Amino acid sequence: MTAAATPAPSPATTGEQPGVRLARSRRNSELSLLLLAMVLVAAYGATVEANVLDTVTPDFWVPAAALGLVFLGLHLVIRWLAPFADPALLPAVALLNGIGVGFLRRYDLARATPTEREDLAIFAGTGGRQLAWTLAAVVLAAGLLALMRDHRSLSRYAYTLGLAGIVLVMIPAVLPGRFSEINGAKLWIRFGGFQIQPGEFAKLALLAFFAYYLVRKREVLSLASRRVLGIDFPRGRDLGPVLVVWLISILVLVFEKDLGTSLLYFGMFVVTLYIATERVSWLLIGLTLFFGGAYLAYVLGASVGGPFANFYDRAQIWLDPFAEPYDRGYQLVQGLLTLGTGGLFGAGPGGGQPTLLPEVQTDFIFAGIGEEIGLLGLSALLVTYLLIVERGLRAALEVRDSFGKLLAGGLAFTLGLQVFVIIGGISKLIPLTGQTTPFLSAGGSSLMANWLLIAVLLRVSDGARRPVAAGGVAARPTGTPPEQLHGAPTEVIRP
Amino acid sequence: MNAPLRRVGVVVMVLFGLLFANLNWIQFYKADEYRNSDYNGRVQVAEYERKRGNIEAGGTAFAVSKDTGGKLRFVRTYPGGEKYAHVLGYKPVNLGDTGIERAENDFLAGTSDQLIVNRVKDMFTGDETGGGNVLLTLSKRAQDVAYNQLRGNEVGARRGAAIALDPRTGAVQALVSMPSFDPNPLASHDTTAASAAYNKLEKDDQRPLTNRALAETLPPGSTFKVIVAAAALESGVTKETKIPAGALWTPPTSGSPIKNAAPSICPESQVTLKEAVRESCNTGFAQLGVKLGADKIKEKARQFGFEQEDLSVGQLGDGGLAVAASRTGTISDANGRPDPAALAQSSIGQRDVRMTPLQGAMIAAAVANDGSQMRPYLVKQLLAPDRTTSYYTAKPGELRRPVSSQVAGDLQEMMESVVTGGTGRKAAIDGYTVGGKTGTAQSGPNDPDHGWFIGFAIDDKGNPVSAVCVMLENAGKGGSSEAARIGGQIMKAAIADGGR
Repeated sequence: MTAAATPAPSPATTGEQPGVRLARSRRNSELSLLLLAMVLVAAYGATVEANVLDTVTPDFWVPAAALGLVFLGLHLVIRWLAPFADPALLPAVALLNGIGVGFLRRYDLARATPTEREDLAIFAGTGGRQLAWTLAAVVLAAGLLALMRDHRSLSRYAYTLGLAGIVLVMIPAVLPGRFSEINGAKLWIRFGGFQIQPGEFAKLALLAFFAYYLVRKREVLSLASRRVLGIDFPRGRDLGPVLVVWLISILVLVFEKDLGTSLLYFGMFVVTLYIATERVSWLLIGLTLFFGGAYLAYVLGASVGGPFANFYDRAQIWLDPFAEPYDRGYQLVQGLLTLGTGGLFGAGPGGGQPTLLPEVQTDFIFAGIGEEIGLLGLSALLVTYLLIVERGLRAALEVRDSFGKLLAGGLAFTLGLQVFVIIGGISKLIPLTGQTTPFLSAGGSSLMANWLLIAVLLRVSDGARRPVAAGGVAARPTGTPPEQLHGAPTEVIRP
Repeated sequence: MNAPLRRVGVVVMVLFGLLFANLNWIQFYKADEYRNSDYNGRVQVAEYERKRGNIEAGGTAFAVSKDTGGKLRFVRTYPGGEKYAHVLGYKPVNLGDTGIERAENDFLAGTSDQLIVNRVKDMFTGDETGGGNVLLTLSKRAQDVAYNQLRGNEVGARRGAAIALDPRTGAVQALVSMPSFDPNPLASHDTTAASAAYNKLEKDDQRPLTNRALAETLPPGSTFKVIVAAAALESGVTKETKIPAGALWTPPTSGSPIKNAAPSICPESQVTLKEAVRESCNTGFAQLGVKLGADKIKEKARQFGFEQEDLSVGQLGDGGLAVAASRTGTISDANGRPDPAALAQSSIGQRDVRMTPLQGAMIAAAVANDGSQMRPYLVKQLLAPDRTTSYYTAKPGELRRPVSSQVAGDLQEMMESVVTGGTGRKAAIDGYTVGGKTGTAQSGPNDPDHGWFIGFAIDDKGNPVSAVCVMLENAGKGGSSEAARIGGQIMKAAIADGGR
């Protein structure tokens, strides 16, 4: 765990021994891990074909190879633009992304009639589309790495990003239902046959803004306080921003009918606030506000109905999905049955029946995969997610500026929280909400947003691990020291 | 800021630990429950992968599975349509199953323990032999006649039931409930259409899904007099004993008088018991019942099968179609004291007395079979998928012995007089001795009466060959006479089909 990690090296030591400890970029480790991930994806594809088609076609390796090429491209970009980035991030994400594409192709096979199956093109169907989205998302991530040579440059656009984030969050809420609603959750912008989930991008923009705002306000937020029952509580007027975000998330809950997104935004904000101020009281206030709000929405949903009814419905389904197994509880019940059928070892890739599970290509993909790879396989996927999150937090620990710490820590936590919200939702740990499963679910918005998140983490980890003498601050492409960046929004911590 | 970052790391680990623990709960602890849940479509896909066995009667299959090649491979079809619906039941994809399809599901599906040898054999040979076959006791001709006659009844009754038994064995020869329904749409693999079809039947106020022959209890009217007569015969009354009758009789404690169905029936002050049965004399039986007392009548009814709550008709002694309990109801007043008015009403099968058509047929069968009531059953034989091995053959058994053969003989004679010269003339069959009892039961102040007939046929060698009960709900005037006619037709068909 990160607690055992060595503290970030002081500038003094790295300065005295340039490049001794951090000189290794570990890019070759990244490449070999990436190859391993792609071998796993190819093996998954072969097993699927063996189970579904009773034969392994000669070009079973093509999707894995195509993905491998895309990821190899990103690997080369990282070698060039972020040579000291964390070597575990790319392979771990590539593995998840690859399994996602593999499962979606497997789902296409299941839906196709036996005659169609034989010559189902590699780039057809949901699987093929997901492959194309992966390419787009990785290109976007590479572009971000190229544009943003130093994560601190993000802080220049903090207010723009904050505004953009709020607008993105609000668009689906104000759009009429037919342009924004899918399965009861108003999270989308739909036009023609095309749809995007702006909230996926909003979380990145909002987090950049939070990080910037909190770095500026952390002194006042953490120092001025009143002590009650041994816990330091902030002054009333400092509660303002928290209340604003709380209000936004409750509005999201009510108007976008989605507890998950609301929980995500609020959790994201409270945790960055906590990291910035080191005050436990913020966590307590945040949790109280959130659960109070959710409970209030539940009570209002039961008594008043109206905009709260959807949330009340979902809570009811969560409490007893088997009460209406063919009606409201159908999705959740089928999700649980699918997971249960998988059991310990699963039916083997291609051996399950994903067509019996509604929304298996999006919300319930984790359950669909779980039917085939079982508890053991899902545990491996969970560990992979955990690895990504903890590597992100490690980057936050090691980076030297507080904006970077907040940005990386907040993003890593948000990713973890999203995984918790959706997987907890489909496994009846918490009420089910319409979140995507990062890197697995079909859909471009989610994939692009999460790859951008990874690009930011790569960038921060590069900044954190780059030896000062081997490049460091002085070698920044802009050539200007951070203290003179526009608006001087950040600071370098010197322990 | 590093300390809170580390704590956030711990929080994330706790969250993932919760996910992991919860997945263990679902995929390990609850796995078997979820895997075999009724709501799990995979169970169904596997179930439909194997060809389900036939349900047959008289050598013809009335429930067969056909290969569709679809996701659910075999579709269940019912060539008999409405005629056999209440016996066979149905096996739908997304609804509950009923009837023999439900009772014999394990054997039909091939998952029964009895078929384990077949399954092991399949494993080695690689064959898919499917499920076992269920052979029913039903007579095709009797079932045809029961269904057609009931539907084409001449008094315009829209609801009713008919059931025929072999008195010597208890084998069900015919079982029809009206109105019926077509089970084919319910077994459709288009689950939306199946649900719609089911909902339509469910909402129909004629309740076509109810098996009225087994599950509906109605006041039996005068058919109940057979039981009162049996109780009387055991209390020293003979069939020639004169009992008090009259055009009108008012029980001692109550003002509402008992009348006869027509002024011509037993206006004399005294008639013999036999005459009272033949003419269905209400005043005579009301007074007889009051004289005997509620306990004796209740006890005799119980001995004929009333109050039995766990009877089912399928395999002998093992599951099947559930039968509603027939009841004599409360025959005392509100304080639990004897109530002559209630007793008088109950003695002619009114007030709280309720009977299923099956119970009616079982009374007639017991009388015809010299006092021995056989346990009714529908499943004659269970045949292996390859039809070579029989896994079960019904061995008829006595259910109870409500009356001695002496009393049964007297009851036979009296009931025969009903058909030869009384209310049940239309039940007569050439060359057979037919006995029976009609019943006309008041159902409500403004509703038409129910028409009943219970009866039996005995061949020239003295063997009882068929017993029947026909019920026409709210049939109105002439209902019981029409029921007698239909009853005779059904027994005639059953006899022609070999008596079983």
